[in-house]
Amino acid sequence: MVDQAKVEELKRIAHRIRCDIIWALAHAQSGHPGGSLSATDICVALYFYALKHDPKACQWEGRDRVIFSKGHVSPLIFSLLAESGYIPREELRTFRKFGSRLQGHPNVECPGIEVGTGSLGQGLSIAVGLALGLRMDGKPNRVYCIMGDGENQEGSTWEAIMSAGHYKLDNLCVILDNNGLQIDGWVEDVMGLQPLADKWRAFRWHVIEIDGHDMAQCMEALDQAKQVKGQPTVIIAKTVKGKGVSWMENMAEWHGKAPKQDQCREALKELACPAEYFDF
Amino acid sequence: MSEIKWKATRDGYGDALVEMGAQDERIVVLGADLTDSTRALWFAQKYPDRFFDFGIAEQNMLNAAAGFALAGKIPWVSTYGVFVAGRAWDQIRTTTCYSNLNVKIGGAHGGISVGPDGATHQALEDVATMRVLPNMTVIVPADYYETKKAVIWACKHVGPVYVRFGREPVPVVTKLDDPFIMGKANLINDGTDVTIINNGPVLWECMKAVHTLREKGISARLANMHTVKPIDRETIAKAARETGAIVTVEEHQVMGGFGSAVAEVVVQTCPVPMRFIGIQDRFGESGTPEELFEEFGLTARHIVAAVEDVLKAKRG
Ligand SMILES: Cc1ncc(C[n+]2csc(CCOP(=O)(O)OP(=O)(O)O)c2C)c(N)n1
Repeated sequence: MVDQAKVEELKRIAHRIRCDIIWALAHAQSGHPGGSLSATDICVALYFYALKHDPKACQWEGRDRVIFSKGHVSPLIFSLLAESGYIPREELRTFRKFGSRLQGHPNVECPGIEVGTGSLGQGLSIAVGLALGLRMDGKPNRVYCIMGDGENQEGSTWEAIMSAGHYKLDNLCVILDNNGLQIDGWVEDVMGLQPLADKWRAFRWHVIEIDGHDMAQCMEALDQAKQVKGQPTVIIAKTVKGKGVSWMENMAEWHGKAPKQDQCREALKELACPAEYFDF
Repeated sequence: MSEIKWKATRDGYGDALVEMGAQDERIVVLGADLTDSTRALWFAQKYPDRFFDFGIAEQNMLNAAAGFALAGKIPWVSTYGVFVAGRAWDQIRTTTCYSNLNVKIGGAHGGISVGPDGATHQALEDVATMRVLPNMTVIVPADYYETKKAVIWACKHVGPVYVRFGREPVPVVTKLDDPFIMGKANLINDGTDVTIINNGPVLWECMKAVHTLREKGISARLANMHTVKPIDRETIAKAARETGAIVTVEEHQVMGGFGSAVAEVVVQTCPVPMRFIGIQDRFGESGTPEELFEEFGLTARHIVAAVEDVLKAKRG
């Protein structure tokens, strides 16, 4: 059984992260809201419940590694890093601005980022190599890779999936943000992937399917993944793209478009964000 | 100069596809989940039966395009330059170019002017990776009209073509009735002291530079060279002979790119001092196009400085 107090705490953090995402977008006037908001809950569970890390020492040897294969969700990534204490929250104001450490897609200049990403279909291969390398050295560190469902269309992704299954990488866990949408529309219409879970299973992965907005389920899935032996785990988190802002939910158009400033205010209002978020 | 119209080169790509789609039923367009931003959407809306979304799977899309070509179609592959000229390079090399198949590639969002998306989305190497491929034609149009003409030309040409264009609106500086001859530069301004050879949407900065140079008493020739490959050897050799100094301008890495292509001709025909305006072995970053042009040294001011520097070398 999960700890109910922890669930409530994580929900509060997830709420702040959603506010931060919109706030960062409001300042940048560009960026990707849809996939950031869909992955928020499970990533909060990862960062503030499951992950071993030390934001004050981001190169700490004992840390678990996180690879954001879907680098376009940088507003989420940077908000997580700010909330964790890797970077000052104020810095989110500089997101996507010239000279900022918070680039349009994450790179290693930002503390807490292991590797630059943004070209889809590369992150899992990196994670596989990292997991193999850590295992070779007998290290207990876990590797997490956050991916989109559309990203499963990349052929190189399946090469990575195959190799992780082959090498029985039980120190590797993929979080698949299964929001059903990509840029051109519904994943099933653009290039269907169903039955997605069966595909991963066929490649020798342990599959956990959850509601990616149910915090208790997110925590349980991450717990379970740590127990699995002899297989990598994929958590297929069913989510809603744009979750939390009603007029963004399940709308492909909010994939990579920043809300205008008045729309940001509307979104912040709908999220019941505190007054200090309205200062842009 | 006040009535400059601004229009994105990608719009020229979209409009040309629609126009050619009506003229030639063999044209098909393939996309990789970037249909709207590459403007392939305009074709897709008009000819839904001739548009195929391959999802986020560029390598597969490129070889599928080769298959379409084998079936007698004229496929246009439409995605960002980084994801096609980088990720699917081997597919382009060994399938399309080696067999000289009739595949057309639209490389969108070229250059740093893509802006806030940052380095991962800014194609700064595509001209280099495409121009080393035998059989490949590489065109980097300067503005809306030139992009349209390049795409129309490519539809009629048989063989692989890479057309690179950008996201942001840029000044429309060429005219509708300017000739577009593949492999042939257009002279924008004649001059005697130095030749500036431009490739791509930086042309407007070159024109401003020529203006400033004139005020400083320097007579600059300006040639706009849209075709990187095959390159206009004649214009380059003539410029070297007649003006004795050359500055190239491109929104791309200077290593292996357009400037390198020009230098290859210069050293083999009439060696003269050269300077290269372009990205100097760095990755791009987030910012507005203006900020990035300034930071990466692509503005008129930088071109003027490069000209003054090369003139010193010319005089010895
Ligand atoms: C190789 C590559 N091709 C195309 C893109 C452009 N792109 C950015 S996000 C995206 C859609 C991603 O969809 P999905 O994986 O489902 O992510 P999510 O819905 O969670 O945002 C695309 C096509 C890219 N970044 N990399």
